[in-house]
Amino acid sequence: MKKYDVFNAEIISTRMAAGGVCDMSVLAPFAARLAKPGQFAQLFVPGKTLRRPVSFCGIDAAGGTLRFVFQVRGEGTGRLADMKKGDTLNMLAPLGNGFEPCGARGGALFVGGGIGVPPLLEASKRFGSGAVLAAGFKDKKSIILKEDFEKNGCKVLVATDDGSYGHHGLVTDMIEGLRFGAVYACGPLPMLKAVSRIAENKNVLCYVSMEERMACGIGACLGCAVKLRGENGAVHYGHVCRDGPVFDSREVVWPDP
Amino acid sequence: MADLKVNIAGVSFKNPLITASGTFGFGREYSEFYPLSKLGGISCKGLTLRGRDGNPPPRIAETAGGMLNSVGLQNPGVDYFIKNELPWLKKQGTVIIANVAGSTVEDYCETAERLDGTGIDMVELNISCPNVKQGGVQFGTTCGGVESVTSAVRRRCKKPLMVKLSPNVSDITETAAAAESAGADAVSMINTLTGMKIDINTRRPVLRNNTGGLSGPAVLPVAVRMVWQAHKRVKIPIIGMGGISKWQDSVEMLLAGASAVQVGTAAFSDPYAPLKILDGLLKYLDVNGIGSVSELTGAALDWD
Repeated sequence: MKKYDVFNAEIISTRMAAGGVCDMSVLAPFAARLAKPGQFAQLFVPGKTLRRPVSFCGIDAAGGTLRFVFQVRGEGTGRLADMKKGDTLNMLAPLGNGFEPCGARGGALFVGGGIGVPPLLEASKRFGSGAVLAAGFKDKKSIILKEDFEKNGCKVLVATDDGSYGHHGLVTDMIEGLRFGAVYACGPLPMLKAVSRIAENKNVLCYVSMEERMACGIGACLGCAVKLRGENGAVHYGHVCRDGPVFDSREVVWPDP
Repeated sequence: MADLKVNIAGVSFKNPLITASGTFGFGREYSEFYPLSKLGGISCKGLTLRGRDGNPPPRIAETAGGMLNSVGLQNPGVDYFIKNELPWLKKQGTVIIANVAGSTVEDYCETAERLDGTGIDMVELNISCPNVKQGGVQFGTTCGGVESVTSAVRRRCKKPLMVKLSPNVSDITETAAAAESAGADAVSMINTLTGMKIDINTRRPVLRNNTGGLSGPAVLPVAVRMVWQAHKRVKIPIIGMGGISKWQDSVEMLLAGASAVQVGTAAFSDPYAPLKILDGLLKYLDVNGIGSVSELTGAALDWD
């Protein structure tokens, strides 16, 4: 059995959600069967040299579907968002290591910043009402996936930068006082760094999903470097595509701001 | 069916499709897609005497028709390769080319020397990496540099020796000739073209290294031209590369003067690209009644 392969998937639904975010579901039975929460796919963009790495937002192995929720950032993601229902999406998947299924005791805390929220949805499902999502967005109209998390029984706390919804401030303000057994986080680097510091102070495992500019997606080209601390304390460059995208926060050497 | 076999520097390749150094690791990741035995050869990730950690990220930037990289020769070192990667590679049924880089002539020599007694089929001297501060391209941009490192390695390594040329020179026929006269059995060309991309909002170069090497379809015409020029100058075989992403490109490269081709960046958008290119090449030969792929080498009909 191959660990990953190139698949042609049929787009079964696609729509633009709040804040320039595309919400797309595809029929890809083989990939859906292999996929794990936290893993990602490299989506082919016609006419582009590089694929676009996007984490799975939803995995339905029985129904054979995968869901991607991604921000339109430039030409490539724009072209993906322009694709229509019935079009073929070519993807290389599933890639990387997903979220470790542990830390259920004491509840699981999910922390997402903006477009870092979607990769957490599938992982949060297995914790049902044992999961809390603390999500930060720019403003009220940028909030995404809140109902999707709540549908699974997850409690959702929202912070906005401008105070137009929920807590006015940083997502990390909301988690200091919470009790949890493990943390799963995805979002901007300063947020990940702050979240992992809080988790480490509480002696709780923290998994962070990272991103970096990527080429091959499978660990061959060594493009998507991330500074890691090995077990012996030595610092080296690992790679988001192969060693991640999910890392134990204690491994990550955070860059200076 | 046309004969795809080629012989370069005494090494027999079952077909002229080789995966390019730096894009294909040591083959393991791509063996998940197809048996590596389908390939004519693999040029492995560049090796240095001691392991190198590479450049800080970002190391990748997409550009029109291509991409920039500044990986900076991250690799586990030649000894690790010999012990942990080569035994597996040797079992894959394809030609193994070790790509060797270094900071000093002595580095190149010692690395090549360690590979001399192993099962690798060929050494490709990487004197054209634009992404490391010392060594790399500094040997590749002057004839004296090419000669000194090529002749020194030649004395210390009996394996068939190929020199990978930099396109960042004013006349590539000069460096090709320098490699030939210094004892190279073949040349491979071209490595990446030095390039740069600046984020107009932050005013920062996208690559942390500021500059990087340009590859992908955008560089194909430059590569074809350089292979064409070098073919007229040197007698040793040329392995052509640079922007080959479809079978038509490989035919162009052969017609320009290459005896075999390397494919790299194309595998990022389609991991199966090397096999598709090979397929298309074979069909082209058959449709046109060409008995052997080697008949294409340098067969472009130049205008007067």
